[in-house]
This record gives sequence, C-alpha cells and structure tokens, in this order.
Amino acid sequence: MKLGTSAIIGGMLFALAIFVGLFAPWLAHTDPVMGANLMNAEEPPSWIWWFGTDAQGRDIYSRVVHGARISLTVGIVSQLVNSVIGVTLGLTAAYWGGWWDDFVNGLTNLMLAIPSLIFALAIMAVLGPGLTSLLIALGLTNWSFTCRIARASTLSLKSQGYVQAARVLGYGDLRIMITQLLPNMIGPIIVIGTLGMGGAVLAEASLSFLGLGIRPPYPSWGSMLSEARDQITTAPWLSVFPGLAIFLTVLGLNLLGDGLRDVLDPQSRSRRT
Amino acid sequence: MTAASLIEVEDLRIDLDDGARHVAAVEGVSFRIDRGETFGLVGESGCGKSITALALIGLLRRPLSIAAGAIRFEGREIQGLSAAEQRALRGNRIAMIFQEPMTALNPVSPVGRQIAEMFVLHKGKSWREANQLAVEALANVRVPAPERRVKDYPHQLSGGMRQRVMIAIALACDPDLLIADEPTTALDVTVQAEIIELLRNLCAERGTAILMISHDLGLVANVCRRVGVMYAGRIVEERGSDDIFRAGAHPYTQGLVDSLPRLGSRAALGRSRLREIAGVVPAIADFPSGCRFNPRCARATEICRTTVPETTWLGAGGLVRCHHHA
Ligand SMILES: Nc1ncnc2c1ncn2[C@@H]1O[C@H](COP(=O)(O)OP(=O)(O)OP(=O)(O)O)[C@@H](O)[C@H]1O
Ligand code: SF4
Ligand SMILES: [Mg+2]
Repeated sequence: MKLGTSAIIGGMLFALAIFVGLFAPWLAHTDPVMGANLMNAEEPPSWIWWFGTDAQGRDIYSRVVHGARISLTVGIVSQLVNSVIGVTLGLTAAYWGGWWDDFVNGLTNLMLAIPSLIFALAIMAVLGPGLTSLLIALGLTNWSFTCRIARASTLSLKSQGYVQAARVLGYGDLRIMITQLLPNMIGPIIVIGTLGMGGAVLAEASLSFLGLGIRPPYPSWGSMLSEARDQITTAPWLSVFPGLAIFLTVLGLNLLGDGLRDVLDPQSRSRRT
Repeated sequence: MTAASLIEVEDLRIDLDDGARHVAAVEGVSFRIDRGETFGLVGESGCGKSITALALIGLLRRPLSIAAGAIRFEGREIQGLSAAEQRALRGNRIAMIFQEPMTALNPVSPVGRQIAEMFVLHKGKSWREANQLAVEALANVRVPAPERRVKDYPHQLSGGMRQRVMIAIALACDPDLLIADEPTTALDVTVQAEIIELLRNLCAERGTAILMISHDLGLVANVCRRVGVMYAGRIVEERGSDDIFRAGAHPYTQGLVDSLPRLGSRAALGRSRLREIAGVVPAIADFPSGCRFNPRCARATEICRTTVPETTWLGAGGLVRCHHHA
C-alpha cells in the first residue's frame, strides 16, 4: 500500500482542516460571533488581524477557524449518512435481488436524474435553514454513486468462493453481508466517500451562500462568503480567506480520494498495470 | 431416532430449469451414510456429484431444485426444516470443504478470525473464547506455530496450509458429517496425500462421517468404506470399496478400475487420475434413453437403448443397475 505524493499532500490538507476544526477555540484569537468591535471595522490583513476584519470589526481569521468546525461537520456527517444509505441499499439490492433490487434501482436512477444540489435546495426550502436541516438535506441526496458501487461490487463478489463457503458454513444473510461482502468492497466505498465529502463541503458553502444553510452570524465558510458578497471589491479579504479555506479543503479531499483510488480500487489498479 | 441413518437420500431427483430447458440433472439417487461411516461418490465431471452434495445441505438455488425424493438427516427431512433450522445444521452438524482452498477463504480476514467465527456463530462463544479455540483448532490440523498463524491472511499461506485452515473451519463445531468435494484436486500430489491422511485421521478420531466426492476412484476407495459410482445423474453401482476393485459389476465401474494404475501403486494416492473411457459424458440436455451409458458401452444391446435398467442387489448390500452386469 503506497500513497502517491499528491495523495499525501491532499491528506495533509484535510488533516490540517480537521486539526483547525478540532482546536478552533484555542486557535482563534477572538470569539467568532461576539467578538465584534466597531473600532476595528474593515481592517485589511495585518500582523494583528491576520485575515483582516469585517464591517462589524470581527476577526476573519477567528471566524474562518471556527467555520472549519461547521463546514467539516456538515461534510463528514452528511457524507457518512450518504455512505451508510448507499451501502445498505446497494448491498441488499444486489444480494437479495427481485423486487427490492428493482425498487432500489429505480430510486437510484431517480436520484441520479435530479441534480443533488437542486434536491437539497428543495429539502432546505421545506425544512428551513440551520445545521440540522443541512445535515438532512445533504445526507439524503448524494448516496446514488455509493449505492451503484456497492451494488456492482456485491454482484461480482456474490459468486466468490468465500461467499458461497460462508453460506455452506451456516452464515446468515446479515453475517455474510457484514463479514464477507462489506470488507471486500470497502476500498471503492472509501474513495467515493472521500470525494463525496469534498462535494458536501462545497454544497454546504453553496447552500449557505444562497442563505439556505447556516445563517449569519454563525460562521460557516459558505455563510461568510454570502455576507462578504457586497464588499468583494472594497474588502476582498472577506471573501478570499473563506474561499481559500473551501478551496484547500476540497482540493485536499479530491487529491486524497484520487490517491486512495489508485491504492484501494482494484479496478483502477488493474487498469494501470 | 433408533435405527435411522445419519443421513439418508431417497430417490433424489434434481431438476435444472433455466427457462430454455427443463431436465433432470440427477435422478433416482439413493444412498445412506451411518454415523462415523465413510461413503464416496465417484464419477466423471458433470455427472451431478456436487449438486447432490448441495442438495444435502439445502443449498440448491435456481435454476436447480429438488424435484422429487427425500433427504433425511437423523430421520428429519431437510426440506421440511425452516431456513433458520437449516442454517443451524450447516457448518455445525454438516460441514463441507471444497476443491478451491484459494478462493474459499475471505481474503481480507485473518484466518484465526474465520475459524473463531464458527464458534461464535454456532456455539454461542464469546470472541475471546472463540479466538482461543481457533488456536486449538489450527493446532489440531497440524499447522505449526498456530498462535502466530491465526493472525495471517489467506494470501500469506500456501495452498496446503489454506486447505488445512478450511478443514479446521469445517471441523470446528465437531460436525456429524463432513462433505469433502474434491478436497485436494487443486493441490500438489505430496500435499494431497498429507491432507487426505489428516482428514481421515481427524474424522476417525472424532467419529465424523465422511461423504467424499471425487472423480478419482483410487482416492475415494482409499478413504471410504463404501463407494457409489455415478454416471450422468444416476448411481450405477454401489459397493464396498474392495468389491469395487475386485469385482466391479457395472461396465462403467470396470472401465474406471481398468483406467487406474495397477494394484499396489494404488497407494500413490491421488496420483491416479482417471484416464477417459472411450467417448464422453453426454451433456445434460441429451442424455440417451434407456441406460445412459449405452453409447459408450461395449456390452450394450437393444434393451439398453430402450429400457432403464432395474436395481440388482448384490451381496453385502451392494447394488448395480445394468442389464448385463458381471
Ligand atoms: N448453477 C447451475 N446452473 C446450471 N447448470 C448447472 C448448475 N450447477 C450445475 N449445473 C449442471 O449440473 C450438472 C451436474 O453438475 P455438478 O457440478 O454436480 O457436476 P460434478 O459431478 O460435481 O462435476 P465436477 O467433477 O466437474 O465437479 C452439470 O451438467 C452442470 O452443468
Ligand atoms: S445397461 Fe447395457 S448399456 Fe448400460 S451399462 Fe449395462 S450393458 Fe452397458
Ligand atoms: Mg463438482
């Protein structure tokens, strides 16, 4: 198992984001919401205000650091929900077949036909803004690729000797799925999950930018961009730093995902050799 | 449950129905195996040995199905059992090992865990106990340094070692019947002999009955007390192993015996692969009428082409199905 350089860089970017999110209260200079002080409004980046300040005098660096918490929580939790849904549906559909498979296939095709962001937007419109609605909206709308992969893997694994052997040894369906099937498809699932996490961070930003996700004054990178919209020419640092945070995190996840694919996904491995 | 055999197959018929064709792949197959007994099924590729074994453990799946007959384990009909009851038998009371030790183990799970899983699944052990029992089970199949080997993944083991692990898994729950379907075909000749010896000793120690399936008559006769010879989905002769060699009654059996290396060298286990008897086994869809062996049989006459031969009982519980048996 050997990761490429770009995957290691990606992993480090993602690890940095996680680190910042975990230790936000210690890394931040001021409280991200309450730390307003009009005396310091719209300061450009400097030694005191690393990323500058906004119109209310809040420290952008501290807000970006705290924003990591929200953006990563949304990215990780919603992608986990997607992975669990996708794997459960895809695995059981291929394993049991019949009407259940037809149903799951239909549902997957439906999900693939509707752009997931539009779908999430519709759910947000119904549930209203907020962290919980974001998690629901993004967690329920992006499982179709995972489902496809899980289904295809199960179909090919099902005829493997060790799956047949497990049946002969008296394993029940659930035990076969958990011990024989799932561990043998986990590679591609992790790859899709990593890439999907980047997508979820972006989706959070987009929804919050549109005012449907995290609402100001709470700092998510998307909501910060949304607030900074009007001052993009007068105070560009308001958009640049949250934008950079999104860019680096998503880039990191994509590099990591691609690198993991080379290592974990047997199909792409055989394609290369 | 007094005089009941351990397992009893009565007039079993297995149909193959894949929409395009509906034919009997196995027909009129009957045999019984007593507790601790060894029984072999021999026949050329495609004659229905493996699907008969699958029927025994209730695992025939579309397009194959049991169309007639009964399979009784300790007097209880397998088909009458619920799915959960069948699962509780499989791996626990009836175990099975296959030809391919390369693929029958889960590649991403340490072998010790795969053995331990049997104790957790069938004996309700905790993982802690099960892991200890797994080390013992590996020691029982003569794997050196078992406490280290349990952590190995299948790809770290040789073919022979993997088959030993499979045997450890199969015998973990002390089953009453072990079905061994071509257990050594994929292995080196020397390893084959070791594995067969191990199987035979372990089962003899524990009183485990064996159903050994192979196209190698020499191998089967070496391990089993009685042998059923299958041809094109039917058992054509069933005899004690010695009788088969000394006085095979069915022309097909005689062909099998003649194609083996001569007596004495029979000890060279497994080495003796079948040389083809002239002609090939008919495909399942065009089994000839009457005796299915008739196109390849030197003794065939008109009646052989029209009428299925009846069972003739020979001495010592033997039987043969041939119009002109020896
Ligand atoms: N899943 C299946 N679908 C269709 N036909 C099958 C299936 N399984 C087995 N058959 C057919 O049933 C017949 C008996 O197969 P079986 O596997 O029992 O043969 P065998 O005696 O074990 O042969 P071998 O020595 O090659 O293992 C064969 O003609 C085979 O083609
Ligand atoms: S019944 Fe006829 S064809 Fe069949 S084995 Fe006997 S002699 Fe040969
Ligand atoms: Mg077979």
